[in-house]
Amino acid sequence: MKVTYIQPDGSQQVVEGIEGDSVMQTAVNAGVPGIIAECGGSMACATCHVYVDAAWADKTGTRSESEEDMLDCAMAEMTDRSRLSCQVRLTADLDGLTVHVPEDDF
Amino acid sequence: MTETLIEGHKPLAPPPGIPVLDIDPYDVDTLYTPHAYYEALRAAGPVAYIPRYQVLAVGRFDETKTTFSDHETFVSSRGIGLNDFKLEKPWRPPSIILEVDPPEHTRTRRVMSKALSPKVVRGLMDDFRNSAATILDGLLGREIEAVVDLAEAFPTAVFPRAVGMKDVHTRHLVDYGAIVFNAVGPDNVLRQRDMARAPEVAAWINAACARDRLTDDGLGALVYAAADAGDITEAEAGMLVRSFLSAGVDTTVTGIGNALWCFSQNPDQWEALKADPSLIRPAFEEVLRYTSPVHTFLRTADRDTEIGGHPVPEGTKVLCVLASANMDPEKWGDPEVFRVDRRPVGHMAFGAGIHGCVGQNIARGELEALLSVMIEKVDRIEPMGEAIWRPNNAIRALDKLPLKLIPS
Ligand code: HEM
Ligand code: FES
Repeated sequence: MKVTYIQPDGSQQVVEGIEGDSVMQTAVNAGVPGIIAECGGSMACATCHVYVDAAWADKTGTRSESEEDMLDCAMAEMTDRSRLSCQVRLTADLDGLTVHVPEDDF
Repeated sequence: MTETLIEGHKPLAPPPGIPVLDIDPYDVDTLYTPHAYYEALRAAGPVAYIPRYQVLAVGRFDETKTTFSDHETFVSSRGIGLNDFKLEKPWRPPSIILEVDPPEHTRTRRVMSKALSPKVVRGLMDDFRNSAATILDGLLGREIEAVVDLAEAFPTAVFPRAVGMKDVHTRHLVDYGAIVFNAVGPDNVLRQRDMARAPEVAAWINAACARDRLTDDGLGALVYAAADAGDITEAEAGMLVRSFLSAGVDTTVTGIGNALWCFSQNPDQWEALKADPSLIRPAFEEVLRYTSPVHTFLRTADRDTEIGGHPVPEGTKVLCVLASANMDPEKWGDPEVFRVDRRPVGHMAFGAGIHGCVGQNIARGELEALLSVMIEKVDRIEPMGEAIWRPNNAIRALDKLPLKLIPS
């Protein structure tokens, strides 16, 4: 399955992901810039912040309270489409998912 | 019929098919020089049986990560040491964050992760930098014992202030962590020695965590505010402040000592850091991977399960050897090389999954402050004698580190 990461300058990277992996892990494996994932997915750092593309917003599920607390600490502004990419798991219906990497992720 | 427990947990006969590793991981000599044991553990298989304590152990990266982070199967509520809290009373009331499972964990974790958030840490950085500069100015150019003079001096200056503690007792603060960490091991000489002085130190720590012993503008106050909001009880707030002190002092002392050791042994890497300050944060990640301040914590199988295809019965204690996972060549290629530009994302030094270190932002903040001041002020870090390690059942820390910091 494929995930597309769009950088602030508009450049795109399409990455092959594995079902069950997080959107963060998929990015880290492929070396996508701007997804630092300092805490490795323990919801402690907010350096894996992404904006889910509008077309996918209703497929990626909802944020937990703890995720919202942490997003509130991210360097880039938190919006309705903000997610911690370590908290979004790839499922069959997310094939083709597109996310935007924020300007300043730490 | 009640079975006789071994080190406070259910005895485990050697499970068929699982390789046997006849080593005492908690032998003092092994704790001094553990790398041969790590290698033997990884070579044995995805999981090994350790007859000495009738436990299993994992040390390859994949199995260590999977076991340590599978909180539904391998629980923390039965203790992260050899004692099974379900069968034997722990030496102190269990931690209400480290030694609990969801849903209890979710509630307390949320309070702690707010109090220790990246935003909160950003607000502490000026103080961290100023204190680092003051301490370093007093140490430049002469022979120092870097464990006491710097690794202990810096966190014990800034962290109690960040927490808002009115009472500061440097020795108790550093030793409490070491006691708690020795307690997760077997009933060996290290644990016995520390248990003997635990009551005095624990009493001081508990008293220092009370609401009226904290200022109203520190991390401690943030935790007590959660009690005022009704998210936790007053008593729970005290317990969570206690966990700042058990998990947040000795660990960062160790992280700093280990960092100084890495750079004293690898002068070219100190040059690399001075040349490119953007490597400061990645360099600390590499220190963590390379030295794993927490070398081993355990989990308990809460139901019959398996590891790497081998059946594991309910009640089995599993040593998760984080330091071995961080040295697995399958994962890291050249793990024995210390490289500040490695960027070892996903290392196990802070754990993984829902219990992953909630204080990691503070730890990174302290190290970033210290190293950024050091690259300005210190040209070279010269060893002035042999570095000596201090054996502990869960922590790998230095006991003595004679150095000279040559000023720029
Ligand atoms: C270099 C420094 C540090 C290291 C290597 C370290 C290591 C760890 C590890 C490996 C865990 C996972 C335990 C488990 O899963 O069983 C952990 C959890 C924890 N750490 Fe740290 N730690 C450090 C600094 C700190 C600091 C500064 C604090 C507090 C301010 C802290 C507070 C905690 C707490 C409360 C937990 C339990 C979290 C939970 O169970 O959800 N640690 N730490
Ligand atoms: S990787 Fe740290 S919060 Fe997602």
